[in-house]
Amino acid sequence: MSETVEIRLTVNGEAVTRRVAARQNLVDFLREDLGLTGTRAGCEHGVCGACTLRVDGAIVRGCLLFAAQLDGARVETIEGLSDSGEIAVLQAAFHERNALQCGFCTAGMLITAAELLARGGVPSRAEIRDFLSGNYCRCTGYHAIVDAVEAAARTRAGNGPP
Amino acid sequence: MSERPLSFLDRPNSYIGRSVPRPNARRLLQGRGTYVDDIRLPRLLHAVFLRSPYAHARIAGIDTAAASRLPGVVRVVTAADLAGLYTPWVGTLSHLKGLKSAPQHPLAQGRACWQGEPVAAVVAESRAQAEDAAAQIAVEWQELAPLASAEAALASGAPAIHAALGDNLAFARAVDTGAVDDAFARADAVVAETFTFARHTGVCLEPRSILAEFDRSERRLTLHCSSQVPHMMKEIAARHFALAETDVRVICRDVGGSYGIKIHVYPDEMATIALALLLGRPVKFVADRLESFVSDIHAREHRVAARMAVSKSGEILAIDIDDLTGIGPYSTYPRTSAIEGNQVVNLTGSWYRCANYRARLRVAFQTKPPMSQYRAVGHPIACAVTEGLVDLAARAIAMDPAELRRRNLIADDAYPCTSPAGLIFEKLSHQRALARMLELMDYAGLRREQAALRARGIHRGIGLASFVEITNPGPAFYGVGGAPISAQDGCTLRLEPGGAVTCAISITEQGQGTETMVAQIVASVLGVALERVRVVTGDTERTPYGGGTWASRGAGIGGEAALQAAKALRANILDLAGAMLQAAPADLDIAQGWIVDAVSGARRIGLDEVGRAGYFRGDTLPPGIQPELVATRHHQPRDYPFAFTNGVQASWLELDIETGFVRLLKHWVVEDCGRVVSPLLVDEQIRGGVVQGLGGALFEECLYDGEGQLLNGTLADYLVPMAGEMPDIEVAHVMTPLAGTELGAKGAGEAGTAGAPAAVMNAINDALAPFGATVAEQPFTPARILRALGRT
Ligand code: FES
Ligand code: FES
Repeated sequence: MSETVEIRLTVNGEAVTRRVAARQNLVDFLREDLGLTGTRAGCEHGVCGACTLRVDGAIVRGCLLFAAQLDGARVETIEGLSDSGEIAVLQAAFHERNALQCGFCTAGMLITAAELLARGGVPSRAEIRDFLSGNYCRCTGYHAIVDAVEAAARTRAGNGPP
Repeated sequence: MSERPLSFLDRPNSYIGRSVPRPNARRLLQGRGTYVDDIRLPRLLHAVFLRSPYAHARIAGIDTAAASRLPGVVRVVTAADLAGLYTPWVGTLSHLKGLKSAPQHPLAQGRACWQGEPVAAVVAESRAQAEDAAAQIAVEWQELAPLASAEAALASGAPAIHAALGDNLAFARAVDTGAVDDAFARADAVVAETFTFARHTGVCLEPRSILAEFDRSERRLTLHCSSQVPHMMKEIAARHFALAETDVRVICRDVGGSYGIKIHVYPDEMATIALALLLGRPVKFVADRLESFVSDIHAREHRVAARMAVSKSGEILAIDIDDLTGIGPYSTYPRTSAIEGNQVVNLTGSWYRCANYRARLRVAFQTKPPMSQYRAVGHPIACAVTEGLVDLAARAIAMDPAELRRRNLIADDAYPCTSPAGLIFEKLSHQRALARMLELMDYAGLRREQAALRARGIHRGIGLASFVEITNPGPAFYGVGGAPISAQDGCTLRLEPGGAVTCAISITEQGQGTETMVAQIVASVLGVALERVRVVTGDTERTPYGGGTWASRGAGIGGEAALQAAKALRANILDLAGAMLQAAPADLDIAQGWIVDAVSGARRIGLDEVGRAGYFRGDTLPPGIQPELVATRHHQPRDYPFAFTNGVQASWLELDIETGFVRLLKHWVVEDCGRVVSPLLVDEQIRGGVVQGLGGALFEECLYDGEGQLLNGTLADYLVPMAGEMPDIEVAHVMTPLAGTELGAKGAGEAGTAGAPAAVMNAINDALAPFGATVAEQPFTPARILRALGRT
């Protein structure tokens, strides 16, 4: 229960060494130990997608990973992705289109949508809806989020709205 | 609009009616919002609750010794440990005649009445430690007979859940106007249906959260809450913990969704406050998802037997409804759990010209979690019952359902008028809204498409639902019944020395765009750029007193207060500028941050110069001039108890008759919320509301077994609408500005939720029509649809 493990990893490009409880999940580690509160838990059982972040370049649910598993990993959170400018186009599209209300789902939505956009091209609305189907948003009804992702994809593909 | 004189809001560069991105969304987009769980305080403790595993059970004993010895545990408490720290609360309001309830406490007093009721609390240095300890508390339970269904609770001979109340009937009401029996007797057709509405719940992505800090030296309590109603929470905390009202401060920073879930007093939150008082250290409680399902208020749970009488020519002659609703073991404090049923009685049929109306309501106690106000309180029930009956009536007399609506909706020139249940409608636009809808969705074209597809075995349905929405409630809603809930709101504006404006307002932000909407009004009236206005909300010590954000009241009430405050500050600024320029204030105006000549528009001095003179260079002002660069105004609705809005929704869907699956293809909303300050914000309120309504109609249900045990209390088992299943939603507006305010705004927060379930129900039944099948039990799951088709 109180067993601890030392881990060394990179979080948003910074090297981090910490001793963590074996049972601590990645979300709690980021929030409690590193003060990176932009990653949020909405269910803690892998369903809502609020805790979505990147580990070694792939999107994962932070609530389903133990921090202790992450020795040597490269973790990117909403804070890091915002500072690096990597998802700026998506963030601007979300802002412009008001594709967020309370904002609690937003980091997870953005990081998931960024994964879709990274595949290139302009996905159809149905493809966008499908891809975001593991991210729960109670506020927006999704329409504005789909609009924003579509707009960001167009911007990235170098053409504006049709 | 044309009958209104040009106002401040119509000036050039006005932000009214323009869609601007929300300035406060930037931090949320970067993960830099501050929700309660993000707050870090020195010596912070974490509270975790042990909850009843039974729907109804006596607590013969609790042994906390083992839990108390675990590492990190600071205190384990049961009901007895909190005695004397608080006074219990009772969820009644004096204007709801006959409503009764029993006193509630932070922790169960010897008996639990629902699965999920908090029984004991552990406070520890970390949440994980508190959870470990809670698991070690040993409770000796003696199970009692549950009374899970409302029917069982009201059956004759059923034991009273609270013996002192005599029986399980919390509240009853009856309305009988006109000549209902006569109308049914002379009708050409009578249709009847029993509509049922499952219990569902809010599932705010940010769970309920509270952090209570008590400074013993000054006896000051600070609450960081995820709440829509900071001033109410302040009042409640002061009252029930015997603190001076000035010694309680409530701060609500970012709130991760609320929808009515976060306007109630919850036992676990009151316990957290008591623990902070007891320990003199900050204590935080954040519900986890599993406990949210059994401790957040639930919504709906109605069974409505309904009839409608109609003539061959399509005149609705009478409506008769009988609503039974189950509210759990207590009426929720302080808004009660009788308002929803009361609204069903008030609203049903009220948008049609039908004077013969009978309604019966019974509100029952039962051993399930408390049920209370959730987005669109009562409206989805009233709307589904009314609009379901209208479609049945249309079928009975072989009339197109849109035409039957057109013949019966109140005429746009018939206002003001009063409904059979006593609602007063100032001015609505049902006919225009319906006409706009039929054009927007191409109703005739869709009907042709539907017929063509039907011939090919593809079953699509079209559903319409007209509705009204209660917004901008006055004091008659809660205040008159004795609740510390303000119907008025206030706004204070301060010109800063550099010409920017700080705005403190008592309505609150949970993502609706409150702060942006207010800034748009203030910037427009004052004549400054939007980015020069900083809006402060969610702090009882930094904002004027007011109600907060609920019942679709932010724009209508708070917006008007902001408008009036901006007019007052503008006058003060022009007084000072007049003195500085030796000009009559009436000859001056403010535009784009400058004092300008009112007629020519020529720039005279910047607002920064006015600010500087006012604050730093009083020596340069003429004698006798005292600058007042702050103004406060309040607003509360007085002319009407409520400002009603109206609208119509439509659903277009495809039904797979083999699997019972519904695929939503498109949804439309035409609504009239008076003046629209920001189309972007209003439309997103509508869309989000629609999807919450669709959730209740198609997926969401708290499934209980006969023992009162929740069977699907995880987010994996309780289905919520996700992006893949939801349709695009087109929104259009008719604008009938509200009389009696300069802004003319009504609310828009609940219209989507009010009408969506009815539209979908009617569309499903339209698709089912060739099979002679109907559904009336929400949510309309594939299993229920297959049952209606006789395929199971
Ligand atoms: S918190 Fe990880 S999926 Fe919900
Ligand atoms: S914006 Fe609130 S949950 Fe998505």
